[in-house]
Amino acid sequence: MTSAVPGTLTAFLCFLFLAANFSGAVAQEAASKQPAATARPEKKITEIKIGYLRAYAPQLTLSLLDLPPRDEGVAGAKVAIGDNNTTGAFLGQKFSLDITEVKPDSDVVQAFDDLVAKGDRYVVADLSARQLLSIADIARDKGVLIFNIGATDDSLREEDCRINVFHIAPTRSMLADALAQYLMVKKWPNWVLLYGSHEQDHLYADALRRAAARFGGQIVAEKEFKDTGTARRTDTGATQIQQQISVFMQDLPEHDVVLVADESEVFGTYVPYRTWMPRPVAGTAGLVASSWHPASEQWGGIQMQSRFLRTTGRRMLSKDMSAWTAVRAVGEATTRTDGDDPEKISDYIRSDDFSVAAFKGQKLTFRKWNLQLRQPILLSDAKSVVSTSPQEGYLHQVSELDTLGVDQPETKCALK
Amino acid sequence: MQGRACALAFLATGLMAGPASAYTAYVSNEKDNTMTAVDTATMKVIKTVDVGQRPRGITISPDGKFVYLCASDDDTVQIIDTSSLDVVGDLPSGPDPELFVLSPDGKTLYIANEDDNLVTVVDVASKAVLSEIPVGVEPEGMGVSPDGKTMVNTSETTSMAHFIDTQSHEVTDNVLVDTRPRFAEFKPDGSQVWVSAEVGGTVSVIDNAKRQVVKKIQFAINGLRAETIQPVGIAITADGKKAYIALGPANHVAVVNAETYEVEKYILVGQRVWHLAFTPDQKTLITTNGNSNDITFIDTATDEPVQSLTVGQQPWGVAISPK
Repeated sequence: MTSAVPGTLTAFLCFLFLAANFSGAVAQEAASKQPAATARPEKKITEIKIGYLRAYAPQLTLSLLDLPPRDEGVAGAKVAIGDNNTTGAFLGQKFSLDITEVKPDSDVVQAFDDLVAKGDRYVVADLSARQLLSIADIARDKGVLIFNIGATDDSLREEDCRINVFHIAPTRSMLADALAQYLMVKKWPNWVLLYGSHEQDHLYADALRRAAARFGGQIVAEKEFKDTGTARRTDTGATQIQQQISVFMQDLPEHDVVLVADESEVFGTYVPYRTWMPRPVAGTAGLVASSWHPASEQWGGIQMQSRFLRTTGRRMLSKDMSAWTAVRAVGEATTRTDGDDPEKISDYIRSDDFSVAAFKGQKLTFRKWNLQLRQPILLSDAKSVVSTSPQEGYLHQVSELDTLGVDQPETKCALK
Repeated sequence: MQGRACALAFLATGLMAGPASAYTAYVSNEKDNTMTAVDTATMKVIKTVDVGQRPRGITISPDGKFVYLCASDDDTVQIIDTSSLDVVGDLPSGPDPELFVLSPDGKTLYIANEDDNLVTVVDVASKAVLSEIPVGVEPEGMGVSPDGKTMVNTSETTSMAHFIDTQSHEVTDNVLVDTRPRFAEFKPDGSQVWVSAEVGGTVSVIDNAKRQVVKKIQFAINGLRAETIQPVGIAITADGKKAYIALGPANHVAVVNAETYEVEKYILVGQRVWHLAFTPDQKTLITTNGNSNDITFIDTATDEPVQSLTVGQQPWGVAISPK
C-alpha cells in the first residue's frame, strides 16, 4: 500500500507533465499562427516560477471519506498553472511549479531557501502557523511573496501579520461568522458547543464564541470532549460510539443547534444523528463552513469542477480551491502588469485594481489592512451546498464580505 | 404617480397609432429543458416545447426558418423548425456548448466550448466541423462582425477578447478586458466590439481597427451593492446610437448612449437579467430574467418596461424571428 501511493503519484505527475507540454504545444502553435500583417514585435517568453511548500504526513480521519487525497491542494495549484499557461500563451508568459514537502512541525527554513534558490519569487504555503511565521521575515528580506492556503489561524492576520504574506485560506473567525449568520437567519439562536481538547479545536471554539457574541447567538452550555488517545477505528466501535455521544450530551440544557469544534478529528463526525436531543449539528461536522465544496456548481463552478475532475481524476476540495486561487492571483497580476517583476506584481495585488474570480459569484479582493482574501463562505453538508454567507441583510459600509471575520476597526494587524 | 399615468397614456397612444408588427420570440429555458415561443405583438405565449438538456445559447437563421439552440448538457446544437417547433436535427458542437454566433450569411456557426478552451467552427449545410480554434480558459462570448470577416470570442478565466479571422480561422489579436468576460457584440457599422465583464462589472469598448480598449463603461445603481452589478448580454441599436446592457443580479438593464458612453438610464426588469434581443423593427427589446422565470418587453421609444410575461424555468437566451 505504501509503495502504491508514490507509484500513482509518479504516474499522475507524468500525466500532468505531458498534459502541460501538450497544451503548451497547442498554445505555441496558436501563437505562431499570427499572420504577418498583424505581427507585433516578437515577444520574449517570460518565466514565472511559483514554489509550493507543504507540510505533509498521512493523516487519520474518523470517516474514510474524509481521508485527504495525496495531492490535496497541490492538484489545485497544478490546474491553475495550466490555466495561467493557456492565458500566458497569448502574452508570452510561462508558469511553472516547484513542489517541496516537509514533515508537519519540522523546520522549513532550509526547504524555503531551496525554493528561493531555484528562482521562485512566489511561494504557496500549506504549512502550520508556526512554520509559516518561521519563514515570513526571511521571505520579506528576499522579496518573496507568500500565499497562505493552509493555516486558518486568525493570529497570522492579526498580531502576527506580515506585509509579504497574503492569506487565501479563510480564517476560523470567517468560517464561524458565516455559520452564525446562517443560524441566526434560520432563527435557531440557542446553541450548545462541543469542542475537542487540542489547540486548534480550542481556537475553533473561540471563533464560534466570538461569532455568537457578534451575531446574537446564545451558547447555553459548553463541553470539552477529551482526546483520551483511543484508536480512531475499531471493528465494532460503532455500537459504543452511538451510546457514548448520546450519554455525553445527556446533561445539556435545551438548545436549537449543536456546534462542534473538532479540527483534530477525534469525535466530531460521530455527533450527527447520535445526539441526546434530536437537533441539527454544525461546525466541523454536520453543516460545515468552507471556502469550497466538491458539489458547488453555481456561478460557473461547474466549469471549474469538470476541468478539475478531468485533469486530476478526483473531486475538488477546499484546499485545492485555495491553491488554485493563489496561483491564479499570481497569474492575474502577471497578466495585468505584463511582466514578472515581483515588486510590480506585489503592488498590483495590493491595489484597488486587483481582483480574482474564483467561481463565488463576485470578485475576490484582499483586505488591505491584513492581506486576507475576502470571499463568500459555503455552508454545506456532505453532499450539497446548503447556503452561502454573508447572508442577506448583513450589511457593511465597505463590502458585505467584511461581515465575515475580523474587520478593519478591530484589527490588531500592523503590516511590517 | 401622475407621471407614470402620463407615460402609460402616451404608450397606449403609441400602440394605437401603429400596432407593433407580430414577430415570434424564442426563449430558451435553462432549467426545465424547454423553449417558449412568444408572440411579440400580443405579448402572449404561443407554445412551449421540450428541447434538449440545459438549453442556453439560442439564435435564428437569417430566413427565420430554423432556430439553433445549444443543448449544453447533451453536448449538441439542436435545429428547430420554426413552422412546426419540432427538433428536426442537430449540429456537432463539441462538449458543453453554451453560446454561439451565426455568420451574417447564415452559413457558419461559431460555437464556444467552455470545457475544452476551443471555438468550434461548423458548416451549417454539411453539418461538418471546419475547424477547432484554441482560445483562452472557458470560452464563452461570441460575436461576429457585420461583414462576417472577424469573429470575437471571450474567455472567462483568461479575461481576453480573442479576435479570429474567419477566413484563416486563426487568432489574430488578443485584447485584455475585465474579469470574466461573458458576451461580445459588434456595433452595426463594425467599428467597435463591446465586451461585458461579469465579475469585473464593466463593459469594454474595443476599437476594431486598433484592437484596443478605447473606453470602459462602469455602472452604479442607487441602493445596490457594486458586486451585484454583473453585465452580461448586450444589444446595440441598428443606428449604433444606443446600447442596452443586461446587468444580471442587479435586475436592471442599462441604457447607454453609444456615442458618449454615458449611462442614460437603468430599467428595472426581472431577476437576474441575462440576455436581450430587439424585434426587427427595433421598437421592442425583450430581456430574459432567469430568477423570476419571465421575460420583459421594453419599449425602445420610451425605454420603459411595458410588460413581463412568465415563460419556462430560468429563461436564458432569446432570439426573434426576422419577419
